[in-house]
Amino acid sequence: MRVIGLDIGSRTVKRVTVDGGEVIEHRVVPNQHNPLTVCDDLLSGQRFDRVVATGYGRHLFAEHRQAENLTEIRAVALGVRHVHPAARTLLDIGGQDTKVVSLDSLGSVVKFEMNDRCAAGTGRFLEVMATALSYPLADFVQAGRAARKSQSINSMCTVFAESEVISATARGADRAELARGLHDAVVRRAAAMLQRLPLEDQIVFCGGGALNACLRELIAEALGRKVQVPPEPQIVAALGAALSVNSKQNSSSD
Amino acid sequence: MSEKIDYRPMWAELGLDLDKHDALLGVLGQTYAELFLTQKNRPDGMGYFDFVMSEVHGLRVKELVDARAAGKIVVGTFCVFVPEELVLAANGVCVGLCAGADFGTEQAERYLPRNTCALIKSFFGFSLEKVCPYLESCDLVVGENTCDGKKKAYETFGDMVSGEFMALDLPNTKSEEGRALLKKAYLDLTAALERISGTAITVESLKAGIETANAKRLAMHRLARLRHADPAPISGLDALLVNQVFFYDDPERYTASVNKLCDELEQRIEKQAGVAPGKTPRIVISGCPMAVPNWKLPSIVEGANAVIVGEESCVGERGTQNLVATEGDTVETLIDNLVDRYFTIDCAVFTPNSSRAKHALQIAKDAKADGLIHYGLQFCTPYQMEAPLLERAVESGGIPVLRIDTDYSQEDVEQLRTRVEAFVEQIRR
Repeated sequence: MRVIGLDIGSRTVKRVTVDGGEVIEHRVVPNQHNPLTVCDDLLSGQRFDRVVATGYGRHLFAEHRQAENLTEIRAVALGVRHVHPAARTLLDIGGQDTKVVSLDSLGSVVKFEMNDRCAAGTGRFLEVMATALSYPLADFVQAGRAARKSQSINSMCTVFAESEVISATARGADRAELARGLHDAVVRRAAAMLQRLPLEDQIVFCGGGALNACLRELIAEALGRKVQVPPEPQIVAALGAALSVNSKQNSSSD
Repeated sequence: MSEKIDYRPMWAELGLDLDKHDALLGVLGQTYAELFLTQKNRPDGMGYFDFVMSEVHGLRVKELVDARAAGKIVVGTFCVFVPEELVLAANGVCVGLCAGADFGTEQAERYLPRNTCALIKSFFGFSLEKVCPYLESCDLVVGENTCDGKKKAYETFGDMVSGEFMALDLPNTKSEEGRALLKKAYLDLTAALERISGTAITVESLKAGIETANAKRLAMHRLARLRHADPAPISGLDALLVNQVFFYDDPERYTASVNKLCDELEQRIEKQAGVAPGKTPRIVISGCPMAVPNWKLPSIVEGANAVIVGEESCVGERGTQNLVATEGDTVETLIDNLVDRYFTIDCAVFTPNSSRAKHALQIAKDAKADGLIHYGLQFCTPYQMEAPLLERAVESGGIPVLRIDTDYSQEDVEQLRTRVEAFVEQIRR
């Protein structure tokens, strides 16, 4: 059976096609004000038997297109276990959410945490801060990696942190050190969330945030452990959504 | 009931702002219809509570006006530490005051810091906007010294109420000194009630009050027990509503209606009829009280195909657990009995307060819950501080916990929905 998983996120929509448990293809496109149209475009011309939605747009899509849906927590868990079968602790930094998930040895979710209602400490936070420092995103990441020191940023609120950054530049603070400080701020918050869980080894970092090399390095450093990143970290939830059909069939036939 | 009575003259007489009040009732009626009347397989006995809600600012308020005309007093409260028994004994009617809606928040923030919990902002908002007919009907409003937010808020609020205001002091430890303080507070309340009502509280009248309140609680214990059945015979939203109406309704009529509802639930259980199929994920809510019309979290939970089977809350089993002993030949002995019962309420303003976590775990086990959601109001320090302690205790008892901090606004509903749905996926059997 050919299943498409759609992860309708705040910044991007991800499509993964799975057939017989194997990934056939995937695609990531920017989300817009009309997620339903973006999804329709992503599906047009595709061959599939079923489609499963996840992400914040899952209810909208499921309602209008008669599809199944599941939360991004369970989707990420299923997707990560497909790529890293021994994973026990997951960190997913997305556009407007940061989630941490703890799995048991069989891959079932035993505990999870998410950031509160605002976009503090998420991918969007870093995008806004890169703009505040007049960096293209890739340069912002590289500057953070290369900086020898970190200029500390206290505020996690996107609005307050932006004014903090502007005040710091006005005082003559080094731009690259600020870039590192902003990455540090996100990592501190993610690490604090992780430490509220039973932190088991085989930690996997995924979501769009895991494309950021500076975040990857700083997280491993903050946790003092090896952190694995799937080859395509951004599509893990969409992959899990596509795989959920099989996993459901397995569990109901138990 | 074929003709709708026009209550506007009564509301105007009470000094309500009619336009704002119309707006409030409009939203309330619409929300109620969407959340409650659309539920499937509701017990017929909920018809009474639907009627109470449709008349919550109408017929019930008219009853209060009539009671006052007949010489009774009306006493408004915000907390389960104010004994209804004493109010009844003083020929009074006890009503819980409006504190469950996001209304008049901007007005409230002229007096309160922004980082005040939604419940306190709400009762300020209701008062400042003149939309609570209960508050305007009160001869006495009793504010209790529970959390810092409330006790400091009452310093301002006391001058705003049209009736008399009394601050009821409460202990914050379960010590002998604490018990003595609570007794002193109840003696002070007794004196105030006698003065305002012109009625002496006697052994007979207090015993009668105790029996009325006990009967109400016994009906709630029965309801709580019946909810242990799988499939659940009543939704969590409906059961919460019954717990909320506990604070408004005429006590005898209320008790009879709850018992009638319970008779029906017993028949349902016998027939294995429920509001949701058997094995639907079962959830207990623990935390801050949910006053009318605060139905935000329960509607999200039950919208996620789970069923709520118990509440460790002041508007729930924390508020209704235990009875008051009726033995005693003097008013003071009976007040000691009140103190014995009320002192067991495990409110988070007490330190330490480990009995609350034990009670939450017990409720979850008795109700065969698959998970517990801790509901904290933002800026409610006592409950937010206890949340991690309770979470550890309940999880070590084998029940998974999800912690939610929120307020009365609707802006975080989608984020909450994601968490709650993920929790339901996690605990599904």
